[in-house]
Amino acid sequence: MNNQRLDFRIIADWIRPESRVLDLGCGDGTLLQTLAQTKGVSGYGIELDDDHVTACISRGINVIQTDLDAGLSEFDDRSFDYIILSLTLQAVKYPERLLREMLRVGTEGIVTFPNFGYWASRVQLLGGRMPVSRALPHQWYDTPNIHLCTLQDFEDLCRKENILVLESEVVDHEHRRRLGLRLFPNLLGEIALYRFRRA
Amino acid sequence: MKAIPPDSVGLVTPARLRVEQPLVLSSGGVLASYDLVYETYGELDHAHSNAVLICHALSGSHHVAGYHSADDAKPGWWEQHVGPGKSIDTRRFFVVACNNIGSCYGSTGPASVNPATGRPYGPDFPMVTVRDWVESQARLADALGITQWAAVVGGSLGGMQALHWAIDYPTRLRHAIIIAAAPKLTAQNIAFNEVARQAILTDPDFHGGRFYDHNTEPRRGLRIARMLGHITYLSDDIMREKFGRDIRGGKLNFDYQVAFEVESYLRYQADTFVGRFDANTYLLMTKALDYFDPARETDGDLSRALARVQAASLVLSFTSDWRFPSARSREIVKALHDNDLDVSYADIKAPHGHDAFLMRIPRYVDIFRAYMERVAVA
Repeated sequence: MNNQRLDFRIIADWIRPESRVLDLGCGDGTLLQTLAQTKGVSGYGIELDDDHVTACISRGINVIQTDLDAGLSEFDDRSFDYIILSLTLQAVKYPERLLREMLRVGTEGIVTFPNFGYWASRVQLLGGRMPVSRALPHQWYDTPNIHLCTLQDFEDLCRKENILVLESEVVDHEHRRRLGLRLFPNLLGEIALYRFRRA
Repeated sequence: MKAIPPDSVGLVTPARLRVEQPLVLSSGGVLASYDLVYETYGELDHAHSNAVLICHALSGSHHVAGYHSADDAKPGWWEQHVGPGKSIDTRRFFVVACNNIGSCYGSTGPASVNPATGRPYGPDFPMVTVRDWVESQARLADALGITQWAAVVGGSLGGMQALHWAIDYPTRLRHAIIIAAAPKLTAQNIAFNEVARQAILTDPDFHGGRFYDHNTEPRRGLRIARMLGHITYLSDDIMREKFGRDIRGGKLNFDYQVAFEVESYLRYQADTFVGRFDANTYLLMTKALDYFDPARETDGDLSRALARVQAASLVLSFTSDWRFPSARSREIVKALHDNDLDVSYADIKAPHGHDAFLMRIPRYVDIFRAYMERVAVA
């Protein structure tokens, strides 16, 4: 448990046991496997990358290969307790549309994303260059992260979309929590985590 | 005698099961008794828990892997995926492959002798459906002492049988592997089948299906049906890549002999089909495809049709398959997850079209093998 990523542990803490989960952009299935083992959840991962899909199958995780940009139309309303979008929001074409879809298909949504308001990003921007960091390792021209935002930006969008934030956390790039993060989350948090539902 | 590759199951001999218990068919017809020809590879374990059933497609047979004799030019139709160390590893699984009734490869079919008349059934052979095949395969499972398959696997029409197994016998399989299939045919799919059937039915040598009595067969019709089929098995891209507009001999002859390479390919496929396939079987198989629709009894609601399913499933499609495109597999996936069933789905990038399911594509092998690992441990 100790060697697990803190963001995954926070998500696991948030989720009720035995619930039904859809993990959007589930990668190699680590999070779903963690949730299955620690919380007895069931559900599916959605993933586009070929190697990740194979990894999920090897782990015994249900995975459906599809492009999130094509939407969640094949899933019925309220068919899951939680829809998780872990470090993927910034890489989709229509984040706003996807958030709406998440709350159509699931009762609650959980989103994590790299905070563009992190102080080091701000410093690099002040220096005249697009930020490159451990959480955002790509150059502007080859990054899959096309919709970066800060904590405040995300919360603004939630208000506009009538989304109620139930819980939030920030962690640093090593997925640790520190005191400073609680005081100045938008400045010191590298990764933001939100749990929310329809207001 | 040429050497048989070490990753082949090697020389295999078909077996035959005589079933005396009458089979009541979906059509209402009854087969009082019938033969099932099948092959097995690998060893059935003590618990009888490692058996995998492979269902064949339209023109397939029980001869899935290996060679019938050292002189065979070609191995079984799924040699690429079945054998020691392959996707379906015969060192771990006991593989059973059954020839479907209505076929022309040994199981009772239209060319078999009708015990009531002493002559070939021909058009009197009752129409069979995917459900009927599942029923007959269950009799074979009983005879082999297999109460539950580790997995039922199939591509195309074979995948439809795997799906039907999960519906009809929820507790008799742990996994269904449904490859390049669809939950039912579209109007376009049926249209292609109908043209193929018309080619056969209107051939003067068809004789109302009693061509056996005339010592002939509707070769022209069967050839055209096969050529048409092969067009739908390949993608536009792979046809361009394989044949393009390449001209035989490099110049146009201004006649109706083979000019383009693709014509030569289709004629070759047609030539090798005639003589090894029965025209009545072709008619029956295409009808079984057309009629396949497990959601018919639930007002077209596939999710409800799958309500009794318990098996976990792997559904695979191929990006260039336009006969049963990925979207059709997604319909199956949706119906499975609507029922909260364990299901995984992958859309495999492959240029080959529908035929891709027969091929050894590295990514296809990776996923297939990874899933079979799960089947083995469960």
